[in-house]
Amino acid sequence: MKLLWFHLMPHTRLPEDFAEKHPSVWVDIDPGLLDPAFAHELYNEFMDELEHAAELGFDGICVNEHHQNGYGLMPSPNLIAGALARRTRDAALVVMGNSLALYNPPLRVAEEFAMLDCISGGRLVAGFPVGTPMDTCYAYGQNPSQLRERYREAHDLIVRAWQAPEPFTWNGRYNKLRYVNPWPRPVQRPHPPIWIPGGGSVETWQWCVEADYVYANLSYYGHKLAAETLKGYWQEVAEQGREPNPYRAGFLQFVGVAESRQEAIDLYREPAEYFYGRCLHVHPRWATPPGYATEATLRSRIESQISKVANANSDARRQAARKPSMEEIVERGYVMVGSPDEVAEQLRAVATELNVGHLMLLMQFGNMDRQLTRYNSELFATRVLPQLHDLFDDQWEDRWWPRPMAPEARVTPRAIAG
Amino acid sequence: MAPADGPRGPRYAPGDRGMSGPATRSLELPGGRRARVWEQGSGPTLGYLGGLVGLPRWPDFLERLSVKHRVVAPSLPGSFGAEHFRELDDVADWVSATLDLLEAAELVGANIVGASLGATLAAEVAAFANASVGRLVLIAPFGLFDSEDPVRDLWAVQKREWNALVSSEPENLAAFLSPPGAVEELEWEIQRTRSQEASARLLWPTGDLGIAKRLHRIQAPTLLLWGELDQVVPASYAGRFARGIGDNAKIQLIDGAGHTAELDRPQQVAQAIADFLD
Repeated sequence: MKLLWFHLMPHTRLPEDFAEKHPSVWVDIDPGLLDPAFAHELYNEFMDELEHAAELGFDGICVNEHHQNGYGLMPSPNLIAGALARRTRDAALVVMGNSLALYNPPLRVAEEFAMLDCISGGRLVAGFPVGTPMDTCYAYGQNPSQLRERYREAHDLIVRAWQAPEPFTWNGRYNKLRYVNPWPRPVQRPHPPIWIPGGGSVETWQWCVEADYVYANLSYYGHKLAAETLKGYWQEVAEQGREPNPYRAGFLQFVGVAESRQEAIDLYREPAEYFYGRCLHVHPRWATPPGYATEATLRSRIESQISKVANANSDARRQAARKPSMEEIVERGYVMVGSPDEVAEQLRAVATELNVGHLMLLMQFGNMDRQLTRYNSELFATRVLPQLHDLFDDQWEDRWWPRPMAPEARVTPRAIAG
Repeated sequence: MAPADGPRGPRYAPGDRGMSGPATRSLELPGGRRARVWEQGSGPTLGYLGGLVGLPRWPDFLERLSVKHRVVAPSLPGSFGAEHFRELDDVADWVSATLDLLEAAELVGANIVGASLGATLAAEVAAFANASVGRLVLIAPFGLFDSEDPVRDLWAVQKREWNALVSSEPENLAAFLSPPGAVEELEWEIQRTRSQEASARLLWPTGDLGIAKRLHRIQAPTLLLWGELDQVVPASYAGRFARGIGDNAKIQLIDGAGHTAELDRPQQVAQAIADFLD
């Protein structure tokens, strides 16, 4: 299986009484809470951590896009990925990703992702999220009733632009372009692997399976809730007659490793309680712009098992809003803790049960400092990762992993003088 | 002394199908679309384009107007009784669809009353196609935006606060929006959400729609009716619209009413409309 190291880039100094004194961590968060000089420190520290993860042997490093958000300081993950492309050699660069409807024209995504693929020598995974209501409809003012149509058109345009042997004309519903011809095209042919981050939307499952893309379930609520969602996804895979290759799926899990379970609980208590108590303080008025959820999704939420997932997710959100203790966080599976052997055993069981080949790990969370992040990552890389790497590989091929240029064909950064 | 139709609790019982009920027809529109049209009363024809929540049931103020008018109320795209709206992308599409609707309902040239979303479209139609309306009553239209006195973002509001934001009689609005009789709750919820989405499709993110550039084209004698307590589009916008339209516009504020003035104070609104038209 593939083990990936994911950074959300959270603000690490939200005040203790943030949830009481401020309406929301997202959209209308107080700009006075982040000193740009501190952001300078944070970005550089977080990029150090991503580069360190690549050195430690994680298969990939992941970044994502959020806007006006106190727990995700990456409005442009492409900027971060550009820097990482220069400072890493073999790790996949998983940009999870660009919310396609936010770019005008969306060709911008085709260009920047192609640049990243060229700079990195073909190591890019292209993540195509629709984007949350907070990011898309409120921070970026997109019309919720048009968002998904614009997203799908942008996808069609980008994928065609990457493969077109010559310039073409695009007369779409939302984009009219006479001369589509992004320079350069990506290194990976026909295009970089496409992963779709999603929640419990039936249409997203159907589309991922039809288009043969990876479905990545990115939730902050751990494996217990993801189990229901992934069950729905695998049912869809079966219904469309595709093979249950675990590499069709990705899944995000917070992890804290130490020498013992108790030590892990003690060490990771503060950052975990910080994350679930402050970072997820999102005002509910940003949750449901009309049209963001399709009628089919609304129906199935009300009628079927999806309602359980949706309800469980909103329950989780409500519970998280009540500032859960570390004991509750661990008990509910939001953060997985233990000794290296215990974590390896749990992850093996979860990956097998959920049938997930791409495991995305959040090993810096909340206000976790550089030292503890390093400890967590190193312990995982040396004593957990070797116990998991072999899983699935005897049986399944990962057709959704980057195919970089041969190592000898790839150049490395070097100084012009000296 | 309390006004004739002041606060007095819900007018619409949850199981009630809505008064005696208007006659229902189904209009055929271009492109295979259909729209429900409700009609009641006799006298001069008065077309009504429904408000922010559409017409989930026959409202008290139309009942009152139908005493002396033939009231014809076709459903706007996406609102109750008209499923299709997702083919509409911009103001031109919405104006075109509204003209389709007025033609199919034989309302071209008639006096038109619009509320909220319906008033927005009535104003646009009047600006683009003067001959298509007789006299015009606009109840709290959207379309203008002043950053110093902004229109409220009515979609950044929690569901439980929504009725109290748009109406000065939130319990009455809740009853108006509740499923009548035998309608299945799931289908009702889907339709309610759809009508909200349809409004958002035109109005999101509640900035101006460019109508300031067209208001001078409205030649129809126009009454701007506004709930003085409107928390969505403040009553100060009545003046902005009137200045844009010119001498043919006049303003009347409705005491005690919110954005859904026609539901909050049906007697006063019906009286104001009747006085203006007759």
